[in-house]
Amino acid sequence: MFGRLSWAVIPFDQPIIMITVAVIGTVLGSVLGLVTIKGWWPYLWREWITSVDHKRIGVMYMMLALVMLVRGFADAMMMRTQLALAAGHAAGYLPPEHYDQVFSAHGTIMIFFVAMTFVVGLMNFAVPLQLGVRDVAFPVLNSVSFWLTATGVLLVNLSLFVGEFARTGWLAYPPLSELAYSPGVGVDYYLWALQISGLGTLLSGINLTTTILKIRAPGMGYARMPVFCWTALASNLLIVAAFPVLTATFAMLLLDRYADFHFFTNDHGGNPMMYVSLIWIWGHPEVYILILPAFGVFSEVVATFSGKPLFGYRSMVMATMAICVLSFVVWLHHFFTMGAGADVNAFFGVMTMIIAVPTGVKIFNWLFTLYGGRIRFTVPVYWTLGFIVTFVIGGMTGVLMAIPPADFVLHNSLFLIAHFHNVAIGGVVFGVMAGYNYWFPKAFGFKLHEGLGKAVFWCWFIGFYLAFMPLYALGLMGATRRMQHYSNLHWQPLMLVAFAGAVLILFGIGLTGVQLAVSIRTRARNRDLTGDPWNGRTLEWSTPSPPPVWNFTQLPDVTRADAYWAAKQGTGPSLAGRPDSPVEALEVPRNTPVGIFVAFFATILGFALIWRIEWLAVAGLIGAVAVGLWQAWQKNRELIISAEQISEFDRLNMRGPA
Amino acid sequence: MSATSESLGLEGAIPLSYQGPAPTRVVAGFGFWLFLLSDIILFSVLFAAYAVLSSASAGGPTGAELFDKRHVFLETLCLLTSSVTCGFGSLAVARTDGRAMFVWMVATLVLGATFLGMEVTEFSGMVAAGAGPSHSAFLSAFFALVGTHGLHVGLGLVWLVIMLLQVKTFGFHPMVARRFFCFGLFWHALDIVWIGVFSIVYLGAH
Repeated sequence: MFGRLSWAVIPFDQPIIMITVAVIGTVLGSVLGLVTIKGWWPYLWREWITSVDHKRIGVMYMMLALVMLVRGFADAMMMRTQLALAAGHAAGYLPPEHYDQVFSAHGTIMIFFVAMTFVVGLMNFAVPLQLGVRDVAFPVLNSVSFWLTATGVLLVNLSLFVGEFARTGWLAYPPLSELAYSPGVGVDYYLWALQISGLGTLLSGINLTTTILKIRAPGMGYARMPVFCWTALASNLLIVAAFPVLTATFAMLLLDRYADFHFFTNDHGGNPMMYVSLIWIWGHPEVYILILPAFGVFSEVVATFSGKPLFGYRSMVMATMAICVLSFVVWLHHFFTMGAGADVNAFFGVMTMIIAVPTGVKIFNWLFTLYGGRIRFTVPVYWTLGFIVTFVIGGMTGVLMAIPPADFVLHNSLFLIAHFHNVAIGGVVFGVMAGYNYWFPKAFGFKLHEGLGKAVFWCWFIGFYLAFMPLYALGLMGATRRMQHYSNLHWQPLMLVAFAGAVLILFGIGLTGVQLAVSIRTRARNRDLTGDPWNGRTLEWSTPSPPPVWNFTQLPDVTRADAYWAAKQGTGPSLAGRPDSPVEALEVPRNTPVGIFVAFFATILGFALIWRIEWLAVAGLIGAVAVGLWQAWQKNRELIISAEQISEFDRLNMRGPA
Repeated sequence: MSATSESLGLEGAIPLSYQGPAPTRVVAGFGFWLFLLSDIILFSVLFAAYAVLSSASAGGPTGAELFDKRHVFLETLCLLTSSVTCGFGSLAVARTDGRAMFVWMVATLVLGATFLGMEVTEFSGMVAAGAGPSHSAFLSAFFALVGTHGLHVGLGLVWLVIMLLQVKTFGFHPMVARRFFCFGLFWHALDIVWIGVFSIVYLGAH
């Protein structure tokens, strides 16, 4: 009746887990209780949960990412604490089977549900505004994508309480992840959570690619798009090209586990190394899916706060697209030691060094944009400068490991861990934090607190160096990754430094919450009434903050790059092509609960498949299909916004296009 | 004809990329093309896995011993013909000819179902002979690749039935026409994938 599910799968005997669950339950319960008591449900349902507005969906992605950052970072803290303690005769406090789940969950959550989710949120929020249009290509699909991501989040978090998570590392290499060596539900949680959220990501990628290529304001030619839109285009093209590889690879592993296939097993001719190759054909482009939009944010930030056009716009676009293509020919550098032979390794080593060139081009473009500019040292600029320094170091250790003989020594050591955190934190985290502080006033109509924002930056910046520079040294001393205990006591001082760094980052994360709370409380003082708090260059700043659901009363008429800036300076024509034309009624997509309903049934389906409850899986599938069919028969999908409504809004905000 | 050239930006002085948001029909079609490309990538992974594992028969039967090329040839004929009937059906949709659309699409449905039936017969025969997917890595890859294509054909058939019902409800509403257009793209793409399957898996059996 309930498959493998029983009371025995809930780890009542593990105090760490039960306390965690109690804390999460209390927090979640209080939040839901507060919402209920205050009577906020109808508002939340109407304005957020069922919203198909790209701005709202973008904000929800980012909120989800911030919540998951806390979860992923809690895992990081547990690991750093364990390694600060477990030297020599001390065993630490985490048993190996728990420690293995912690590092697997940490990697999975940080990549898929923090970095990916945040980046998709930023793109969703900013791209249509920057392109000067009303929404993405497929607004309802956008909502479905978001809620499928939420399903993945829910399943991963459920694994904490019901059953277990994978103990295989964040990429679940076979044969360890095969049924023979991982008979529990941990790998199944991993696979189904990522299959379902991966589908959401793929749909989101198709949606944003179509938006950028087919839905732009009149006159917004490719060479006039803001660089963030270019990087978003590159990133979403990579999603469309790479995520099906992940889906197919996971599908094969699922067939191995559920239907006794032999793709990656040790016996019957299976080939585990094929999995490693396939997963990195997705995995390396994934790195650029995350970093390219961050590069886009930095490009917007340096141009805006230097008060100059971006240096080398065309070379920036060329570099972005070059990275987009080259990211598919470097994947083998993740497993030089697998034995592909000297020629193959040499080819991929050289390609890896070549991909560093366009990245270098970008660094110089940012530096030359800053050079001679009147730089305003705001929070996004802090993150950008921190990024330039940190990312160059991370990039150089990457090029170092691109040399196969060096990689043979450093492979699977803490040196590698230091390298990819150097680029993931120094690049992606710094980038999304810059973007969060930069676009927050656009989304909510008031700025975030500057002083606290800078405090957050310093915590992360110094915390990062303290936490990860020791890992470079430890890696060279021979410490391996995924290590739960070590006997060499000489490593312990450096482990303690790394722990101190993690504590500092913890303060940074805590202060992010404080910054948000303080900013909300003092919002009367930080209001952005102009819609253009930073004296920006691109079209999103020509709308009121927050923009209305239709974004632009009249689509702007774009005649050049940075058209809004030129219009403000009087060096270019006004954005309003027909300034005297009467305001016309327009259509926006009607809100719909399709997204959350599909995700609800997808959650049931995923949970039932994990626990092998056949009837429930069938029920979940039927439910999801039924919602889809219901939607296919809806004809009345648009909401008319009357000319009076629009005029009233414009009058209150006293702004038309510049 | 003139409408086509206009939408391609050939007649107006304004370049296509400056013309503002594309019409819904173009946006929907383009989005579906992207989906199809991603689907083709999914198949390419399965093809790659098949190429790697095709010799890994683990002492069991090989492709040359198992495949009945005559059977597969008839199967191929059914699917390719169904693409032709689907094409005529799409033309009927374009000129909103309900009767012709119905005839051609039902023909597509029958041919597709015949293809699927023949595939199921082949699969069940192999499983009954002890050559199921659990037997070897080669057979795992075979069943996954060909089965995924078959699953797509099955979903396509369900989609087609839904489209017939949609026409019944809405007539040739632009929304229905867009979906029919996407269905046509999907069905032809499955043909292209099958040509790969036929050439690589069946003709290339060793």
